[in-house]
Amino acid sequence: MKITADSPPTLSALDRPNSYIGRSVPRPNLARLTQGRGQYVSDVTLPRMAHVAFVRSPHAHARIVSIATDAAKTSPGVIAVVTGAELAKVMTPWVGVLTHLKGLKSAPQSPIAVDVACWQGEAVCAVVARSRAEAEDACELVEVAYEDLPAVTDPETALDARTHVIHASLGDNLCFERKLEAGAVDKAFAESDAVVETTFVFGRHTGVTNEPRAIVADWNPGDQRLTVYQGTQAPHMMQDLFAKHLGLAADQVRVLTKDVGGSFGIKVHTYADEMATVALSKLLKRPVKFVADRIESFVTDIHARDQRVKGKIGVTKDGTITAFEIDVLTGIGPYSVYPRTSGIEANQVVNLTGGPYSCPNYRAQARVVFQNKNVMCQYRAVGHPIAVAVTEGLVELAAAKIGMDPLEIRRRNLIADDAYPCGSASGLKFEKLSHHEALAHLDTMMNYAGVRAEQSKLRKQGIYRGIGFASFIEVTNPSAAFYGVGGARITSQDGATVKLDAQGAIIIHSGVTEQGQGAEAVLAQCVASSFGVSLDKVRVVTGDTDNTPYGGGTWASRAAGIGGEAAWQAGKALRGNVLAVAGAMLQAKPEDLDIRNSVVVDKASGTERLTLAELARVAYFRPDTLPPGFQAELMATRHYVPRAWPFAFTNGIQASYLEIDTDTGFVKLIDHWCIEDCGTIINPQLVDEQIRGGVVQGIGAALFEQCLYDERGQMLNGNMADYLVPMAVEMPDIQCGHVVSPTADSELGAKGAGEAGTAGAPACIMNAINDALRPLGAKPLTDMPFTPGKILQALGKV
Amino acid sequence: MSDLGIDISLTVNGEQVSERVEPRQTLVDFLRDNLGLTGSHVGCEHGVCGACTVRVDGAIVRGCLMLAVQCAGSQVETIEGLSDSGEVADLQAAFEQRNALQCGFCTPGMIATAQDLLAGGGVPSRDEIREHISGNYCRCTGYHAIVDAVEAVALQRAGAAK
Repeated sequence: MKITADSPPTLSALDRPNSYIGRSVPRPNLARLTQGRGQYVSDVTLPRMAHVAFVRSPHAHARIVSIATDAAKTSPGVIAVVTGAELAKVMTPWVGVLTHLKGLKSAPQSPIAVDVACWQGEAVCAVVARSRAEAEDACELVEVAYEDLPAVTDPETALDARTHVIHASLGDNLCFERKLEAGAVDKAFAESDAVVETTFVFGRHTGVTNEPRAIVADWNPGDQRLTVYQGTQAPHMMQDLFAKHLGLAADQVRVLTKDVGGSFGIKVHTYADEMATVALSKLLKRPVKFVADRIESFVTDIHARDQRVKGKIGVTKDGTITAFEIDVLTGIGPYSVYPRTSGIEANQVVNLTGGPYSCPNYRAQARVVFQNKNVMCQYRAVGHPIAVAVTEGLVELAAAKIGMDPLEIRRRNLIADDAYPCGSASGLKFEKLSHHEALAHLDTMMNYAGVRAEQSKLRKQGIYRGIGFASFIEVTNPSAAFYGVGGARITSQDGATVKLDAQGAIIIHSGVTEQGQGAEAVLAQCVASSFGVSLDKVRVVTGDTDNTPYGGGTWASRAAGIGGEAAWQAGKALRGNVLAVAGAMLQAKPEDLDIRNSVVVDKASGTERLTLAELARVAYFRPDTLPPGFQAELMATRHYVPRAWPFAFTNGIQASYLEIDTDTGFVKLIDHWCIEDCGTIINPQLVDEQIRGGVVQGIGAALFEQCLYDERGQMLNGNMADYLVPMAVEMPDIQCGHVVSPTADSELGAKGAGEAGTAGAPACIMNAINDALRPLGAKPLTDMPFTPGKILQALGKV
Repeated sequence: MSDLGIDISLTVNGEQVSERVEPRQTLVDFLRDNLGLTGSHVGCEHGVCGACTVRVDGAIVRGCLMLAVQCAGSQVETIEGLSDSGEVADLQAAFEQRNALQCGFCTPGMIATAQDLLAGGGVPSRDEIREHISGNYCRCTGYHAIVDAVEAVALQRAGAAK
């Protein structure tokens, strides 16, 4: 492989001199990380800092009868041993509900369990000591007496009258329920030539960020301020929540987020142990640090997916899809996670199923129930992998049943590229998608006919390869419709402040955050382009609630589309301000001037008039020489929020080509392709790497990852030796291609790209496996992850 | 803890170090907590993720599976040392150019492992690169870009060697 240097692409309407839109420039902050000089929260140490370790419930559901802490309190290095009841005096509990998910209910959750522990791994006591090791030593000396309560673990029976109700105050174990009916579903099924029904099962899995969750909280009674170093995706959201539950004003809390060792939606939630750490700092008046170890991560980082979906599709002989029907059941642990709730994933499955297709007949039911396992909540591509696997699984099973090619059935049913704007049966609104162009691009890129021919030839030699596809839509650039309207204090707008320093360099402060996606690079590219400097003149600051504009952070593929647009507009505004200064200095009309490569030039001729360094020198140090009454404003702020559309939907299609060893059940991934349309592409390399990383996360879900629980609610594989993640040797190279349909909701036209890979990969792996096994008469596999054992079972070999 | 302490002397990134450590302290905790070398990361603490990969007497090891006391008298090299000496400068440049890292948490260990492969000379195949880095977990990139970067450096070094 040759690493090709970046070169400017063909100029577009957005291009100006110094245009970096559409260029694969390297991220500005990488050398720090390749040299091991990053600063992750786990690296942070402060004077007088103490470490907390938690005693965690070994039971899935148990009453806490007593906690004996005397022995622990005298253990070497111990500073404090604190129970849930004691911490409740410092911090109020929270309830994870949103009003727009009608009927969603949950119970109050405390930072440390009070009276009852509701899942294996819930903290029941905190030990604060000089070192983590000493804190863990003392945890061994805390004696907790438990009285076992019935563990509710099976969602199928969670709503039965004889099942124990986890929170008596709620009346039952139902968290949320939604029903949807569109078109004439029964009539459509009755008029179908073929109907396929099957049940899809999605394993409970988790994010396994390489850096576990980490937080350092520092309450300073002198300042009456709390400073929190946290590996979070949403600093302003956390500032608001810390303040609210400690009884502080938001301006008394500063959240600082430096380098974050992976997030993927794991680090955008309220975690009881992190809230406890903050409360302990307030209580003890000194910095307290908590870093989850790997076992704690497995039993407390949010889990996701874990759904059982009964799906049904009808088709006519000519391949027309007549109707979709789904019944979703999911168990989300004992609490709806605060503040985003645990109803969103099932709700998304209802919203997204059937989404790429023009079929108007759709019925859906989703039930979300409580259980005594770790909590579930939003993880990368929330709901998408499930909805896409159900939809695309049904489409390919239907195609097989009527003997139609899987790409052909899609051509006949995908929403036409000229049909936009339009909506889905579930009520989603689409501005502009490109399913057919993406499909045609994929067909060519993968040489579909050639791959089919090879597959057929190899089958005759007893080699079983499969080709699977997945068309998909992706929710990006969420407006206030996602959380704000439901009462959550999670902002959908974002801001950027851009200033010219005294030597002519540009500093950006942005409310979005960086966890490796390249948000800072994209912000720099936007401002360098719209203002008129080279990239090396731009510095980006994120992750500091004291100093950045109020913003939502980075989640739901919003950083480029929303944060990027704010930065683009701020750069333009500052250019206007700077040209006003230049006009005053040069006695020229600002509109006749431009900024190119850090120099103010005549717009028409390009003649250099004044460097930014000189302009800054005069504006900052000799403002007395500017015309009377003229005030230079060398800092500009702009905000942006999508208004025309609730979400900027993107679309794409993936394909997988794999081979199955029918003796061992092992799957070898040969090729993987993804065509994606995220609108204007600001940095092609970063988009492709989001796709590739996302695809591999989706492959993990399809083939390896599952949090295994027994019927007592004990997690059986909470370590990285038993919970398998994708490693390099099993993964294929991934080929990416693009269609570009910009959103007209912003000047840049960029949509998000972070979820696409994860959304589509499990479906196309599933379809490829079933395509490979079909000639062997295997029953279609629909129960993820598709382990070798399940494949051998489908083949009747075990 | 002091009564349980054991005095050790070793060389870390070329510097002589003498410290008192607890017998249970892992090498990576020693590097991070005692010496402030936070470039070696703690990901799983049971030898699977490879984020703590460092070099001891020329061989790459898991900093979480080796105790500090086992390193008495050894030469230990971390990402800080490999960076400062310039030994992995070409790998670092290729990782940066190819965006072969996102969050960067796995990167110091990944670069140490890649350097271990390339130090053997020759140009490994993509499959061989994948095999060699398969003890290093990366959740962000999907590995494709990392394989590209390592392959590019292998070719570059082979070209330079001709």
